[in-house]
Formats: sequence, C-alpha cells, structure tokens
Amino acid sequence: MSVLLAFAAAMLFGTGTWLLLQRRLSRIIIGVGLIGHGSNILLLTSGGGRGLPPIIGSADPTDFADPLPQALALTSIVITFGVTAFLFAVGYRSWKLTNDDIVEDDVEDRYIARRAVDAEVSEGEAAERERAIEEDRV
Amino acid sequence: MSALTSMGFLAADVTAPGSGSFDALIPLPVILPLLAAALSVVFARLRNVQRVISVVALLGLVANNILLLTRVDAATGDAIGGIAVSQAGGWVAPLGISLVVDRLAAMMLLVSSLMLVSVLVYAIGQHAEERRFAAFHPVYLVLAAGVSASFITGDLFNLFVAFEMMLVSSYVLLTLGGRAGQVRSGMSYVVISLIASTFFITALALLYSATGTVNMAELAERMPELGSGVRVGFSLLLIAVFGIKAGIFPLFFWLPDSYPTAPNAVTAIFAGLLTKVGVYAIIRTQLLIFPTDAQQGTLLLVVASCTMLVGVLGALSHDDLQRILSFHIISHIGYMIMGLALFTLAGIAGAVFYVIHHIVVKTALFLVAGLVERKAGSDRLSRVGGLVRSAPMIAILFALPALSIAGIPPFSGFVAKFAIVSAGIEAQQWGIVVVSLTVSLLTMYVMGRIWSNVFWGQPEDGEIAARLEPGVTKVPMLMTASTVVVVGLSVALLVFAGPLYDLAERAAADLLNPQVYIDAVLGSHSEAGG
Repeated sequence: MSVLLAFAAAMLFGTGTWLLLQRRLSRIIIGVGLIGHGSNILLLTSGGGRGLPPIIGSADPTDFADPLPQALALTSIVITFGVTAFLFAVGYRSWKLTNDDIVEDDVEDRYIARRAVDAEVSEGEAAERERAIEEDRV
Repeated sequence: MSALTSMGFLAADVTAPGSGSFDALIPLPVILPLLAAALSVVFARLRNVQRVISVVALLGLVANNILLLTRVDAATGDAIGGIAVSQAGGWVAPLGISLVVDRLAAMMLLVSSLMLVSVLVYAIGQHAEERRFAAFHPVYLVLAAGVSASFITGDLFNLFVAFEMMLVSSYVLLTLGGRAGQVRSGMSYVVISLIASTFFITALALLYSATGTVNMAELAERMPELGSGVRVGFSLLLIAVFGIKAGIFPLFFWLPDSYPTAPNAVTAIFAGLLTKVGVYAIIRTQLLIFPTDAQQGTLLLVVASCTMLVGVLGALSHDDLQRILSFHIISHIGYMIMGLALFTLAGIAGAVFYVIHHIVVKTALFLVAGLVERKAGSDRLSRVGGLVRSAPMIAILFALPALSIAGIPPFSGFVAKFAIVSAGIEAQQWGIVVVSLTVSLLTMYVMGRIWSNVFWGQPEDGEIAARLEPGVTKVPMLMTASTVVVVGLSVALLVFAGPLYDLAERAAADLLNPQVYIDAVLGSHSEAGG
C-alpha cells in the first residue's frame, strides 16, 4: 500500500517537474497541479498505515487511522485548487491579450541584454531596438 | 507518537481559552482584518464605506499591536517572561493551534500594521486600482490578516495557511489591473510561489512522518531525537522553502521581475512586508526548531554574501526606479540573513533591528518612487531629471530614507549596519564583514545614482519637462501625506534607535533561549502529563 503510494507520489512529482519546464502556460499549470497532488499524497502517507475511522468511542484509539494528515491534505487540496483556478484565469487573460500561452521573457531583461549587444552594433540600429522595447513596456 | 495516542486526553482535558483581556488581544491581528474584509465585501458598491471600514480596522490593528507589544515587553523577569500564548478554540497545544506572541512577533506586528495603514491611505489617495476595483479593499485586508497570522502562529501547518492567505491576496493585488505586463509577471510570480508552497507541504509531510507533530514547540522538543543527517536535511529544506519567499541568493530571480509591475502602493507593501515575512520564518524556524548542530551558519553566511552582492549589482545595472529598488531589497535581505547566520546575540539583535528598519525605510522609498512617477509620468532614470527644483518636497522625502538605507550616520540604517557588522567582527567572520562593507559602499553609489539622475540635472524628455512645469501636474494630498508619515516613522527610528535596539536585543535573547518559548506553549500540556 505504502509502496504504491510512494510510487504514485514519485510519478506525480516527476511528470509535474517535466511539465513545469515547458514553455506553454497550460502545461506549466498542469505540472503545478500534478506536483501539488504528489505532495498531498506524501502528506497522506505521513500519518502511517491504514486504520479504523477515528471516531471517539467507536473503537480502541490505538487502531484509529491518524486523522491529522488527512485534515492537512484536505486544506492543502482546497488551497491548491483555488490557486490553480486563479492561474487558469490569468492564463486565459494572457491568451486574450496575446493570443498565445507561451511564457515570454521579461521586457526589462531583454532591455538589459540588448544594451550589452548594442555596445557592438551601430547606433542607429541600437536606437531602433530600444524604441521597439519601449513600446512593449506599456 | 502522533497526536492520536493522546486522543483520550483530548476529550478529558479541554481548558478554556485563557483568561483576562490579554489573551483576547492575541488572535485579534488576524480576526480583525478578516472580519473587516467580510464587511467590505458586503459594501462592495460603496467605495467610501469600504475605505472607512479598512482604515478603521487597520487603525484598530495598530492600537491592538501597540498594546500587545507593551504588555509582552513589560513581562520581563517573569518565569515565562515576554511570551503570550493563546490556544485557538481552547484546544491545548499540541492538539490545537497555538498563537504565540513573543517580543519579535509583537515588534513585527506593530511595524507591519503601521505600514499597512499608511500604504492603504496612499492607495486611496492614488485614485487608481483602489478606485476602479471593488476587490481591492477585501483583498488588501486578507493580505493584512495573512501577514499578521504568519507572525503569531506557533504551528508550522498554520504558517503554511497564513502564507497562502498572504500569497493568494498578493496574486490578486499584483494582477488587479490585468495589463499585459502584469499578467506576464503575475504568472511567473504565482507559479514560483505555488512551487514554494508545494515544497512547504512536502517538508511538512516529511516532518510529520518523522516527528508526528507540526506544532513548532513540540517539533523543537522532538527534533533532537532524530538523526543528525535528517535534522540537517529538514533545516535545509525549510531554508529553501522560506528562502524563495525571502528572496535569498539563488532563489531571488522572481522578485525584481514581478514587484515593479504591480500598482505603486501594492509594490510598496510587498517590498516592505512580504520578503520580511520569509526572513521572519527563517529566523523563527532556525532558532526555535533546530538544535545548534543543525543550524546552517556557514551556508547562510555564504548565501548572505551572495545575496548582498547580486542584489546591489542588479540595482546598479537597471534604469527603472522601481526595479532598482526591487533589486535593492534582495541586497538588504542579505544583511538580515548575515545577522542570523552569526548565531550570536549581537548578530540576531542586529538582524531584528535591520528587519524593522528595512520594513519602514523600504516602504518609504517605494512610496516616494510612486510620487516621482505620478509627478513626472515616468520612473526611468534616463528620462526624469531636475525634480529637486520642480518638486522639492519629493526630493526631501526621498533623501531622508535614501540616506538612511545607504547607512549614513546618524540614520537608522547606520545603526542597523553598524550592529550587524560589529557582530560580524566580534564573531571574526572577516569574509562577510568585507563583503558587507563593500556592498554598503555600492548601496551609497546606487542611491547617489538615483539622486543625481532623478533629482538633479534636467529632464531629457520634452514630455516630462512639460509635466514638470510648475502647476501642471499635482500629486494628490493623501499620497504625499501618507508618504510623509512613513518617512517620519523612518526618522523616528533614528530618534528612538537606542530603546529600539535594546528591545531588539531582548527579542534576540528570547530567540536564543527557545526553551522559554517551548514551555510557554506546552506548559499546561506537560503538567497534564501528556
């Protein structure tokens, strides 16, 4: 049981990490979701093996399953769900603005990188590039 | 080992949630903003009612936190002096969630609530996102609740929940305008924070399976039972988790990318508070949970040096005022981590003082950056100029915190840096002392560069020159007024540097003696024989 869960968690972490490294936002979001599931499974297994439902008076408390990790996992599932929904909303907004869901490089980073390149190209060309980036900034 | 075995005890021994008005004050920093947030959702259509609710709630928070700090600090000499504990819902630790206020937490609460209220007034004055979106007030108040909850919680899982409250509201505030730049940097911010959160969950799962508890005081008790390798592993894992939030060296890259795109007021509060919550969590967990052999002194010293250097070099290479200041946050996080990494009384006291100083001064600088942008219509160093003539008030408001952060005597930045550097010399960590002094020189250069580009000279851009003509653009009164208040607070830090440093030293002494904290939280529990 526990081995199976450990294997499942490992699979989720692995697949999630691979998806995170992609350039498309939709894949990144799914990757984040999978990693979240992996950590929730890890949280569930942290309470030890299976047991009886933990209801006071129903049985000997030593036979109970540990309810705390389940409560913790539930909390974290709710939070991950909410944030994933928010990410999808942001992704949708990004798609509406750019018609694409590829994560772009930061404009300011490009600006700094260009400044290094500009040191080697002609001045007119440099000014041209700077103007193009300036338009992107807004 | 788990909480489960004490199940019988759970039914038998439920005490009332403390007695007296003192205990009632402890959960208020979380409850008050949350209630106000709910109320301001009800009044979503009436912006003025929302404004009154938020400002009153946050002022109440300030009053509450002043009371908390004075009471906690007055308790010196007591057996469990200086620590106030409230067990939420009356469930005693470790079954319930303990809320703990010690000197450090009380100081952080007070400073953060002062910043929250000033920045809110600034945002109201700005007539931007605050006016356009009904969501601003509720979300801002939830952010306040999350920040307060992170400071007072005595439970690691609860800390996760507090972080999430704070982060989710920060996601919304960051992307509120929905502009392309905000959406782009908002996405990377959310993804990075989400990954940090899953790391946190993973760390919690591993901690729980190893120790059977997530209560910080109980974790501290059980940590010595683990193997030393496991302890070091946990220590590193938690540093990485909180390090992403704090923006320490290899984990900072998201910060200067996302902060500047938010609305000015929001950036100011992020810059002042959010990273410092991460630093607070590192300080708290390193000193409370881990025994001396698992504390990562050397690693943290190296990380601190790199953080300082990278931050200040990044600040040097940028042209955008908000970006420069954002990179600059990272550099200063390095000083705080350096103070902690020394693991001496002087070092930690210096770090605590530095955190307090930096919250106020950095918020002030970002608010001034907002004023510059409002006045000149741009915050690029290469375009703006001559503000010292066209807006002398803004120039003064910038000069005071800038001198402070550059560490010019007698400002609070000098006291903070002096405390940390002299602690470093005392501990004979020459490498980091040299790095920190170099970085402090570079900081002065960064501030000088901003000053000479923005305030001296002439605006190179015709459009901006036209805006800067007398009487063309007016900066709203409320924006200037709240900036004056925050800058005034940063000057007050200079006036009260002595008492404040003593307070920081008492807080550091508490932190270095975690047994007091453990007894305060678990006291009733161990008496009951659990």
